[in-house]
Amino acid sequence: MSDVLLFYLLGAVAVVASLLVIGQRNPIYSVLLLIASFGALSGLYVMLDAPFAAVIQIIVYAGAIMVLFLFVVMLLNAPHEDTEFDERVHPLMRPGPMRFGAALAVALIVELVWALTKRGGESGQFPGGAVSSVGAIGRSLFTQYAFPFEVTSILILVAMVGAVVLARREGQER
Amino acid sequence: MVTLNHYLILSAILFSIGTAGVFVRRNLITILLSIEIMLNATNLTFVAFGRALGAADGQIIVFFVMTVAAAEAAVGLAIVISVFRHRESLNPDSFTNLKW
Repeated sequence: MSDVLLFYLLGAVAVVASLLVIGQRNPIYSVLLLIASFGALSGLYVMLDAPFAAVIQIIVYAGAIMVLFLFVVMLLNAPHEDTEFDERVHPLMRPGPMRFGAALAVALIVELVWALTKRGGESGQFPGGAVSSVGAIGRSLFTQYAFPFEVTSILILVAMVGAVVLARREGQER
Repeated sequence: MVTLNHYLILSAILFSIGTAGVFVRRNLITILLSIEIMLNATNLTFVAFGRALGAADGQIIVFFVMTVAAAEAAVGLAIVISVFRHRESLNPDSFTNLKW
C-alpha cells in the first residue's frame, strides 16, 4: 500500500514540476524546477529496483547537464522575452501557438492513455524479486554492449569539439 | 499495487508535457529543457520495461540515452550561445534567414 502512495506522490511531483517548467517566464526557475522533477524520477527508479539509473540520474542529469543549462542561462543573462506583448502575457496564455500546442498535447495524452489502458489479458504486474545489481550492468556493458559503449566515447568527443567550434568567438583566429 | 501500466501512463503524461513545451514556448532554452523532459519520460519507460522483463538492459539503454542527452545539450547550448551573439534574442521566431 505504501508503494502506491509513494508512486502517486513522486509522480505528482514529477508532473507538477514539469508543468511549471514550461510555465515559467524566467529560465532559471525552469532549470531549478526541472532538477526537482529529476529528483522525483530518481525516486521512481529506486522503486523500480534500478539503483544504477537512479544514481546516474542525480549525478549526471541533475548534477552535470542541468548545471550546464544553468551556466548558459546566467551567461546569456536574458531572462526576459523580446516584445512588450511577450512581457505582459504569461507564456502559457499566448493565443496562436498555445492553442495548437495544448490541443496537440491533450490529443497525445488521450491517445497514449487509450492505447495503454485498452490492453488484452496481461495484467502488467511486475515479477517479484528482480533487483538488478550494478555489477551485472557493468558486466553486460563491457561484454554484450562493448561496441555501443566505445561508440559513445567517440560521440562525446565529437560533441565536445562541436561545442568548442560553435561557441567560439568569430575573428579571433589568426 | 503499482503495475507497469501506471509507469507507462506517467511517462506518457510527462512526454506530452515536453511536447507541449516545445510547441508552446518561444524561448530556445525552455525548448531545450522540454526536450530533456521528453528524454526523461522515455527513460522511465525503459526502466519500467526492464523491471517488467527482469533484465538489466533497460538501465543500460538509459545510460546510453543520458550520454546522447549530454551531447545534445552541449551542442544545442553552443548553438544557442552563438545564435544569441548574432541576434541578441532567444526567440526562435527571430531566426528566419533560412525561411523561403
